[in-house]
Amino acid sequence: MKRTGLFAALVLVAAAFSLPAQAAKTDFTMGLVLEPPHLDPTAGAAAAIDEVVYANVFEGLTRIDRNGEVKPALAKSWTISDDGLTYTFTLNDGVKFHDGTDMTAEDVKFTLDRAMAEDSTNAQKALFEPIETVEAADPKTVVITLKRPTGHFLFNLGWGDAVIVASETAETNKEKPVGTGPFRFVEWVPGDHITIEKNPDYWGNPVALDKATFKIIPDPAAATAALLAEDVDAFANFPAPEALPQFEADPRFTVVSGSTEGETILSTNNGKPPFDNLKVRQAIAHAIDRQAIIDGAMFGLGTPIGSHFAPHHPAYVDLTGTYPYDPEKAKALLAEAGFPDGFEATLKLPPPSYARRGGEIIADQLGKVGIKLEIIPVEWAQWLEQAFKGKDYDLTIVSHTEPMDIGIYARPDYYFDYHNPKFNEIMDKLAAETDTQKRYDLMREAQKILADDAVNGFLFELAKPGVWNAKLEGLWENSPVQANDLTEVRWTE
Amino acid sequence: MSQLLAKRLAALVATLFATSLIVFLVMAVLPGDPAQIILGIGAQEDTLAALRHELGLDRPLIEQYLLWVGGLLTGDLGESYTYSRPVSELIGQRVLVSLPLAVFAILLSTAIAIPAGVVAAAKHNKAADIGVSALAQIGIAIPNFWFAMLLILFFAVTLGWFPAGGFAGWDEGVLPALRSLLLPAVALALPQAAILTRVTRSAVLEVLGEDHVRTARAKGLTRGAALRRHAVRNALIPVVTIMGLQFSFLLAGTIVIENVFYLPGLGRLLFQAIAQRDLIVVQSLVVLLAGAVVIVNFVVDLTYLVIDPRLRKAVHG
Repeated sequence: MKRTGLFAALVLVAAAFSLPAQAAKTDFTMGLVLEPPHLDPTAGAAAAIDEVVYANVFEGLTRIDRNGEVKPALAKSWTISDDGLTYTFTLNDGVKFHDGTDMTAEDVKFTLDRAMAEDSTNAQKALFEPIETVEAADPKTVVITLKRPTGHFLFNLGWGDAVIVASETAETNKEKPVGTGPFRFVEWVPGDHITIEKNPDYWGNPVALDKATFKIIPDPAAATAALLAEDVDAFANFPAPEALPQFEADPRFTVVSGSTEGETILSTNNGKPPFDNLKVRQAIAHAIDRQAIIDGAMFGLGTPIGSHFAPHHPAYVDLTGTYPYDPEKAKALLAEAGFPDGFEATLKLPPPSYARRGGEIIADQLGKVGIKLEIIPVEWAQWLEQAFKGKDYDLTIVSHTEPMDIGIYARPDYYFDYHNPKFNEIMDKLAAETDTQKRYDLMREAQKILADDAVNGFLFELAKPGVWNAKLEGLWENSPVQANDLTEVRWTE
Repeated sequence: MSQLLAKRLAALVATLFATSLIVFLVMAVLPGDPAQIILGIGAQEDTLAALRHELGLDRPLIEQYLLWVGGLLTGDLGESYTYSRPVSELIGQRVLVSLPLAVFAILLSTAIAIPAGVVAAAKHNKAADIGVSALAQIGIAIPNFWFAMLLILFFAVTLGWFPAGGFAGWDEGVLPALRSLLLPAVALALPQAAILTRVTRSAVLEVLGEDHVRTARAKGLTRGAALRRHAVRNALIPVVTIMGLQFSFLLAGTIVIENVFYLPGLGRLLFQAIAQRDLIVVQSLVVLLAGAVVIVNFVVDLTYLVIDPRLRKAVHG
């Protein structure tokens, strides 16, 4: 009797403990600061689009993984001809779009032709420019011929702008995205949330989550409250760094500091006197105390950089020592350049807090060596119009968040107004080079030139502070592409 | 009566026309190319041109204006540049949040303010009056976003009774939807109630000092009865005027509260559309809100007639 009683009690206890395990959560809510304007990554540059659909709803021939490496996706393998001009991709079997139709080589051809077309509104049309022709050899084989060898072609195909779409649904993807990914779109209530759910017919490894919701919460205080109240499970890019210590002290949460592709720079108008003078730019570089800016404006989050390159990249060179913080040296250089008493200039600041807060500190630092800055806060639209398009600025602060965007320094009409034939030559070599090690060498050389020329004031790599429920695993810490890849996210209990 | 109606309608049409023209011109001279904002700083010039063409931004200004106004008249508000969906649909969804929120807030504020104001007036210079006046002073002084954060900290984070923000959606049922609107409504209602309390108090005090009330008291009515039968009704005119103003304000002016509670309302839509240079949404929304203000004023005017029969005669005469 006694024994059965004990046994029954044990069973009850075991049952009590196993109950929560059976009811393991399979839905997930993530907070987003910015709402995507629409959900078609092939028709917009907004990072917020990729943050919802990249790798979740849409997939490309290749994909970029959490370490920034190129991996097979819809293409399970490929061969490259010896001259580097012909890429033959073999597609995975059994791939279907969410509307039930098969994904074939014809869809790949349609997608790439559409992106390259004259009237294409693909924001990264330049990615497709090296393509000469796309052919569907058979339903499972795509042959892409290039105009010239292009070293980063496989990486480019992994961008959100190159995901494969179907001709039947391409026009409606903005509102109702139809892709091949492990999640399919459910609903979007503008201003509030976007919901996706598990795709039962997925060709690859099924995901652990049944449902994922992206909730749009732009206000930092609201984001903090939403996490504390457990209304949302995660913020992959948490907007209130000042609240991080509170979350670090709370065992319910995991706090990580990842890195992004966001080089935050004091953009300098190289074409405008006195900034066309190398000594002036060197003086500015010597006058900047990066750590003070990171501590003062970013609550200590961010990695100092000395050139336009992400520190997590294998080809990164630490060039922060090129022009170390040295106000006396800065003054001397200014005097050599003909400005013994310094000069006055303007600093246009767009709305993000890294710019507004960082700008105050920069103005103070440059003021100490005699460069008096007038701070002009501008709206984003004004910034694009005046500084970016009109080159009507002296100095400004902005974060360049495109991955591997060192090539912008070779653009003839870019807003830095920087022109260096030697640098352009390296970029041309880089574009044609397919050997990884040789590519890295060229990237290092390019970083060094930008640092030596002090093209811009190189400040820091934007950090990606993430806060999420401690029971979650599989979220990305870093942002090699601006995505919230949920394919490996699961609840541990 | 019909004269008043005709006058009001004419005012409505004129206001809407003037608003549409002013808003269109202001948005046209503001810096910021919508195509550039949509595509970001990585976009190439030919992509931008293609998008501008798609959005019709390369057409002459006058043509853009006429197309838009023509659409308005036929009920077609066009398609949002950034959201690529019909503006009417976007506004329709947001109204379902902002309108109930405004109504909820105004009901709460009235339910607090009118009794409080009347009591304060009735107990003029006594403890109740001083207490109510002091609370009203605090209510006016407290910024509503700060009060909102206190509400979130206490009721959402600490107690977990309400969500910290967001809107459940009417599909989820009336109760969850009202539950997500309660804290924002309280945060909005408190400062409004404080103002309304003071208006009610001084309006009732003024009426209490008038001859007809004194006559009524002289005829033997108790203070309370005189208050009920003569003073409160007459004091309603300034109160209704303020309520009308507050309602118009609540409909569109809740950007801060909508941000604190991340509610998808009209205020946030307007804010976002301006930042993204989604011109067509801004234009349509401003015209719509101007229309709403005119209509609310009209309703307030009608309410005067219901409250005070003397005004009815004045209109007929």
